[in-house]
Amino acid sequence: MNIALIQTKGGHASKASLEAAGFAVGIGETVAVVSGELQGDGGLGAVGVSRVLQGPADLDDAQLAKLVSAAAQQENANLVVCAQDDLGKAVAGRVAVRLNAGLIAGVTAAPQGGSYTRNVFSGKATAQVKGNTENLVVTTIPNAIGMPEAQGGTAAVETFSTDLGSSRVEILEAAQPSDGDRAPLPEAELVVSAGRGLKGPENWGIIEDLADSIGATTACSRPVSDIGWRPHHEHVGQTGTAIRPNLYIAVGISGAIQHLAGVNGSKVIVVINKDPEAPFFKAADYGIVGDAFDVVPKLTEAFKAL
Amino acid sequence: MEFLVCISKAPDTTTRIAFTEGDTRFSEEGVQFIVNPYDEWYALVRALELVEAGGGKVVIVSVGGPDCDPILRKALAIGAHEAVRIDANPTDAGQVAAEIAAYAKDKGFDAILCGKETIDHNGSAVPAMLAEHLDVPCIALCTSLDYEGDKAILNRETAKGIEKVAVSGPFVLSAAKGMAEQRIPNMRGIMAARTKPLNLVPAAGSAAGTTVEKFALPAAKAGVKLVDADNPTELVHLLREEAKVI
Repeated sequence: MNIALIQTKGGHASKASLEAAGFAVGIGETVAVVSGELQGDGGLGAVGVSRVLQGPADLDDAQLAKLVSAAAQQENANLVVCAQDDLGKAVAGRVAVRLNAGLIAGVTAAPQGGSYTRNVFSGKATAQVKGNTENLVVTTIPNAIGMPEAQGGTAAVETFSTDLGSSRVEILEAAQPSDGDRAPLPEAELVVSAGRGLKGPENWGIIEDLADSIGATTACSRPVSDIGWRPHHEHVGQTGTAIRPNLYIAVGISGAIQHLAGVNGSKVIVVINKDPEAPFFKAADYGIVGDAFDVVPKLTEAFKAL
Repeated sequence: MEFLVCISKAPDTTTRIAFTEGDTRFSEEGVQFIVNPYDEWYALVRALELVEAGGGKVVIVSVGGPDCDPILRKALAIGAHEAVRIDANPTDAGQVAAEIAAYAKDKGFDAILCGKETIDHNGSAVPAMLAEHLDVPCIALCTSLDYEGDKAILNRETAKGIEKVAVSGPFVLSAAKGMAEQRIPNMRGIMAARTKPLNLVPAAGSAAGTTVEKFALPAAKAGVKLVDADNPTELVHLLREEAKVI
């Protein structure tokens, strides 16, 4: 039996969590654990989860780890899977310690013969990793595994809890999504990103328009976030957010090795740069050599015409 | 306030990655090693700023052999007060977290700061594991840390946006971009670092929970297909019909 730890938004499993659940289902029968509100089965039955254990709301990382570990013990599970999102980064390690389990973090493909492929060297390489322990905790990188096929089932939801103790973490201000309807960068399937080639923050309108024309999330290079043209959370690259969208459009970014490291997991890369020698073209699938201020509005119009 | 900052040795961000011994080991030939950027730029610098403003001490800790000493000296040059090296060959996050926990458990640090991940292993695993060993909260992906009296006030990145939290008592955090700005060590700092304590602590003998069997480099790209700047419709067509991504 496997356990999948699920993060919900408005009562539905997040996309990254559904991927993690589908990954676990691909390995064996899977019971999901959620904390708090759930609409129906949260969409988990459809990806093959057999049952959902619904714990109390508003748990901190330590309490959530206790909940998941208790669920693993109750279900006699020796594999716990979770997305490598903010929750995975706060809770998966705790669960591993509680269950005396090895932790394989940042997995990018289904396991083969007990061997898991994980991201290392910031996307510059992968490693095949095996657990040394009877129990194992695995986290999956959002948008790397792919969404599981819908199986059309429904999972029974059961209330579940254990002795969770008290919390020392107090929420002062709940998260306010900054980007409206746009998908968060780590989960985004389409990303439009720009760099110093845009010459100034006042010119980002054409990037926003291009992103809006295909429903993409916006991102930027490190220099642009360092000089304050764009917020830090938009910085993609080795020391910012690592992403792996289906489509990454880079405008006016030269493609330093540190930037490539954070984006080269993208399935398709499009580079728009006026310098034909920009190193980014070597890592690109498609390219346009031209001035961003000329090319980007035309490309936006072409997308809108679809 | 006394802070412990966990420091990892990592290959410089410009390193071209290669493997040796049948792709089972990272090839260190010609590689320049640095303090892992998240540990240095954000965790260490923020701890130093808080101590400079309110008094106290910043201790840095790393798990590794003598090859870690240069990066510990670098962190001392930036301003850390003393360094600890736990004498073990680091093999996985579980082992490293258990070793740091064994050292830190009775030292009474007010907070333990880690970078959000290392740029070589990318597991983001040590902070939460460390927190569980020490039975304290782990605040992951923090973009700020301040104190109101004894209470720590932090902003953290979540899937839903930035969340502001307060923690009473000791805790572990993982630091993300925004927490502090990189500092370049000056000559005075470099000189002072030579005489600051670098204490060697024997390993507790923690075991690794995982084993790397083999490394691989990603397949090379087939080559870029260039589209004329006057014909972006062609690009849209290729993305739809050939790449099938929109």
